Amino acid sequence: MNWLKDYVRPRIQRVIRRKREAPDNLWHKCGECGQLVYHKEFAARLNVCPNCGHHGRIAPELRFAITFDDGRYEKIAPPEVARDPLRFKDTKRYTDRLKQAQHKTGAKDAMEVATGTIGGQEAVVAVQNFFFMGGSMGLAVGEALIRAAEEAVARGAPLVVFTAAGGARMQEGILSLMQMPRTTIAVQMVKEAGLPYIVVLTDPTTGGVTASFAMLGDVQIAEPGALIGFAGPRVIEQTIREKLPEGFQRAEYLLEHGMLDMVVPRSELRETLARLIAHMTRSAEPVFGDR
Amino acid sequence: MMTFLDFEKPIAELEGRIRDLKKLSSEGASLDLEEDVGRLEAKRDKLLRATYAKLGPAQKTKVARHPERPHLRDIIAALFTDFMPLAGDRGFAEDPAIQGGFARFDGESVIVIGHEKGADTQDRIAHNFGMARPEGYRKAVRLMDLAERFHLPVLTFIDTPGAYPGLGAEERGQAEAIARSTERMLALEVPSIATIVGEGGSGGAVALAAADRVLMFEHAIYSVISPEGCASILWRTAEKADTAAEALKITAQDLERLGVIDAVVPEPLGGAHRDPATALATLSQTIADQLKAIAGLDALTLKAARREKFLEMGRHLDGRR
Repeated sequence: MNWLKDYVRPRIQRVIRRKREAPDNLWHKCGECGQLVYHKEFAARLNVCPNCGHHGRIAPELRFAITFDDGRYEKIAPPEVARDPLRFKDTKRYTDRLKQAQHKTGAKDAMEVATGTIGGQEAVVAVQNFFFMGGSMGLAVGEALIRAAEEAVARGAPLVVFTAAGGARMQEGILSLMQMPRTTIAVQMVKEAGLPYIVVLTDPTTGGVTASFAMLGDVQIAEPGALIGFAGPRVIEQTIREKLPEGFQRAEYLLEHGMLDMVVPRSELRETLARLIAHMTRSAEPVFGDR
Repeated sequence: MMTFLDFEKPIAELEGRIRDLKKLSSEGASLDLEEDVGRLEAKRDKLLRATYAKLGPAQKTKVARHPERPHLRDIIAALFTDFMPLAGDRGFAEDPAIQGGFARFDGESVIVIGHEKGADTQDRIAHNFGMARPEGYRKAVRLMDLAERFHLPVLTFIDTPGAYPGLGAEERGQAEAIARSTERMLALEVPSIATIVGEGGSGGAVALAAADRVLMFEHAIYSVISPEGCASILWRTAEKADTAAEALKITAQDLERLGVIDAVVPEPLGGAHRDPATALATLSQTIADQLKAIAGLDALTLKAARREKFLEMGRHLDGRR
């Protein structure tokens, strides 16, 4: 059985097929090196550029597919939340922005939760969706993470979170800020139950998300090249009035500065997670038949 | 001399005339000016009352940032005795933007932690305008550890534009430091009361505000992002800051309605900066009352209730507010 060929690829292709509406999308241009990559090859490489190794952003469906064993998982429905608690309107109504994002992504909000096995071990996985309003954290993301934590505690399973967000959902004002303590409580519930909490930071993770659940992992992993920080690079440049050094706020830079445990390429993440979970639950070393 | 805000112009004019008259009479003018002074003062108070009764979010933002608004050191002087500042994060540095230590509240030992913005230009620079670096939050965690070890309540005072967005701060883990401070506060096994004194700016404020009780001065603001920052992102111009302030719902009155804070601390006529002594006396009384309500609770009850409070936040809003 080939896990990648039999399970992952068909799932990726299903996702790609749905997304591919414009016919000129046959080639993907790498955001980093500018190389044109045939879209099928790009998808087969899990959205990683074959030329420079740049890790492109991916949506929750694909993330679940490549994280869980055999690409099999069960989604957990997110709780209902107040959609526009402040009746917020900037140049557009928040409700319109929400509808637009929902139409674009087919998702209800910016975090999806699913359960399945990783290396034969049950796990709850939450994935933030950067394509939904920049992954921003409001009531919906907060509730989804709390729901994920409750599910992990109920199942006695570890919680793995893939982060990706520009920060807080400004359109929910103070209520978005309150998701920082609320998601922190979610993390505490998992930790107090003696269960592993693993964070995988993906590009980009900034603002209130970084300053809450994204930095509280028992183990902190990041994908190569991911932008990770509290303030965005532009804000910092404006504050200090100088250009930022090369590679600043990138995963490798954070690793060097002691903020991460490891930087792991996408293709090795599932195995890394499986081995970590096994250590943290004192289980036998997981076996990967397909590698 | 008092700093007047742009919407206080008519008040400033009256104050000027009152000052001139007082000066005249002190110079020994034979005229009896007392009556005129009294009348002008009454007029000023009436105007102040009218102005401050209907301050909008944009105006409150200015009041919250008023340079003469009581700062942490004024609070410490007015509310506490026997203050012993403690310094350093034991890892890298001492951050003057967050101050704290042992102090006595009504004679009982407590741990005080808060942002200090500074009083004059030089002082403000020394305290980095109340914008803390990771070391400030790590010191706060240290102090909370001490509080728990010696069973002392934690009283925090929030007044910051936000955590410092600098290169070094990022390098040393600003986000992680804020997350740990919030986490530590939520796990405290001793009572905690947070007060938003002036500006409650984003994550840098939350890190010290995950408390059993969150109080807020009447004209303070508490927001996920500054109105200017929000305007430049969503409206693409900082000039829309007043509109953003309105949309973001940042006033104490809005936050009480949304269930985010537990009590509003009234300010004297014309704002806390006009009469700090009265403002701080009211604050002291409110903290004493709130503390009394939670002081007797055991650690587990306290923690569970705090957790429940934050988890319930936003769950009962219907989105049509």
